[in-house]
Amino acid sequence: MHLMLGSEAMAFGVKLCRPQVIAAYPITPQTHIVECLADMVEGGKLTPCRFVTVESELSSISVALGASGAGARVFTATSSQGLALMHEILHWVAGMRLPVVLANANRALGGPWILYMDQTDSLSQRDTGWIQVYCASVQEALDMVPLAYRVAENHLLPVMVVMDGFWISHTMEPVSVPSQGDIDAFLPPRSDRLFMDLSDPQALGAPTSSTTFYAIKREIQDEMEGVLRGFLDYAKEYASFSGRLYRIVEAWHMDDAEVALVGLGGIIGTARYTCSILRSRGIRAGVVFPRFFRPFPVEGMRDALRNVKVVVAMNRAFSPGVGGQLTQEIKWALYSLDSPPRVVDWMAGLGGVDPTPEAIEEAVVRALQGEDVIWMENPVGPQR
Amino acid sequence: MIPKDELLHPGHPACPGCGAALSMRLALKALGKRVMMVIPASCWSIIAGAHPFFSLGVPLLHVPFLSAAAAAAGVRAALEARGEEDVTVVAWAGDGGTYDIGFQGFSGAAERGTDMIYVCYDNEAYMNTGGQRSSATPVGTFTGTTPKGKREGKKDLLSVIVAHGASYVATATIAYPQDMIEKLRKAKQKKGFRFVHLLSPCPTGWGYPEDRTVTMARMAVESGAYPLLEWEEGGWHVTQRPSFSVSVEEYLEAQGRFKGWEREELKGLARRVLLQWHRLRDLEGMPR
Repeated sequence: MHLMLGSEAMAFGVKLCRPQVIAAYPITPQTHIVECLADMVEGGKLTPCRFVTVESELSSISVALGASGAGARVFTATSSQGLALMHEILHWVAGMRLPVVLANANRALGGPWILYMDQTDSLSQRDTGWIQVYCASVQEALDMVPLAYRVAENHLLPVMVVMDGFWISHTMEPVSVPSQGDIDAFLPPRSDRLFMDLSDPQALGAPTSSTTFYAIKREIQDEMEGVLRGFLDYAKEYASFSGRLYRIVEAWHMDDAEVALVGLGGIIGTARYTCSILRSRGIRAGVVFPRFFRPFPVEGMRDALRNVKVVVAMNRAFSPGVGGQLTQEIKWALYSLDSPPRVVDWMAGLGGVDPTPEAIEEAVVRALQGEDVIWMENPVGPQR
Repeated sequence: MIPKDELLHPGHPACPGCGAALSMRLALKALGKRVMMVIPASCWSIIAGAHPFFSLGVPLLHVPFLSAAAAAAGVRAALEARGEEDVTVVAWAGDGGTYDIGFQGFSGAAERGTDMIYVCYDNEAYMNTGGQRSSATPVGTFTGTTPKGKREGKKDLLSVIVAHGASYVATATIAYPQDMIEKLRKAKQKKGFRFVHLLSPCPTGWGYPEDRTVTMARMAVESGAYPLLEWEEGGWHVTQRPSFSVSVEEYLEAQGRFKGWEREELKGLARRVLLQWHRLRDLEGMPR
């Protein structure tokens, strides 16, 4: 085991995948990831790899687009404003089925200026066609990268690996690092034919008819569903050498739960801790973590939540005028159940507001008392 | 010698008399088959063909409007990582995609000395959307967004890119195919960031008959409105001296996009068109 930051773990995960091109632009709290990778490339530990230091996120994602279109395994990383700036190109990469992997360290979007964590940046990109996989620990920040490349290259869809800014990116935890040999066997070089080829000149991304465009989008939907079917096989293969098995929907204490806490990323650790406190007080709570937000695991969420009375959606992102995006997705997934549980829209943390165990407890109590929308009266968070 | 090989196929959907299509045809004759092309939103997004048709004989990556230079840098990085060195990476963008929306990525790729040729085929407005002002549009031009004529002059992009440390910069146009091919060949032989600016007359946007495209390009050069230049080893060189057998006013008068100006006003515009080149102080043989 090695003690490392989430950012370092992510960089180690990337290195093990042997990317050929990395393009990045600095933004807090993502910067450590690409600084680590720059050291590895310059130090000859990650080779052959070209590290392109661009002048904006518009260009980092455009470099990724070009390099992936030329057949390379590509990595980029960003956060917050940077991810928002990439928005147009994110659509393009996904529409062209390029298997780019991007790490996003969650951070709120200004204005006003804010450095701290929420998930509005990544959830705002839910319609771009990118797969989104969330990390709940530093170990997962490493493990999700090889899994992301496997998914991306098997299904020809880009993958966003998302971790909490600061709470994971800047937090040290013990991490087990797989061997290079295991990862090489798990993740062979790209074998698709989706790239510029001098011996067979084609146009990639050419204008299409409406019917072709429609067919392309439908294929992406089919492939997204294929990811949900295929992931467990990749995860089992990964577990065969790592000992860590990841599921699309993770659940704890759900066998007899009456109230479920549902969240994305680092909040899951706090929720699991709080769950034991709640149970000691006689509240049968459980925790559910949809590791994937896109594709959204509708079946898995129905199975996990069909027997509870109340679902508390622990939102760390906000769609003004509606509420939490996670709440909406859960409601949609549960709608077709005969007697779906009540889904409570809890604004658990925005802009660094910290969903502490006390806050989770309060939210559960208020939810059980009948509140459907919960904003905290005394949110806790950094005071600057 | 102009090579006989054609890497722009017949049947492409460019407008009749399109200067941008002829620009590509000649450029690929100079650059050959070992080219990877990146094209952002522009008339050329259309001319390259809609699926399943494809008018080029080299692989092409279509990219969003602002992405040309960075995406081409990505193609180059991928080739470098694989050790493939004998491929020319070309970003091929219009004036909007270069002077305006793509300017940041263009500057970034140039500053990093990215090993690529960036070609701007300049038809002096957003022609693919029907003709609106860009920062490459000359002073006085009537466009959809400058209904009283553009007040500002054309951005001096050549000085900007020289200041970035580009390894080679040249202007060329289809009326002088030998000159254009020589420049693109020279660009191909060099390393680092190379920039070639191609004046590409547009019959629908400029308002002249479609059989006069080459004539327009020739009038632009012979009047001094568009000098044929190259920047190499620290200095500008004029590769084709203008004859001044036509005046800039005559060049402007031949186009609908300047219709509506009185003769005296046209003279003023012509002076400003010529003045823009005075910033390139070392030009030989240019009027002051």
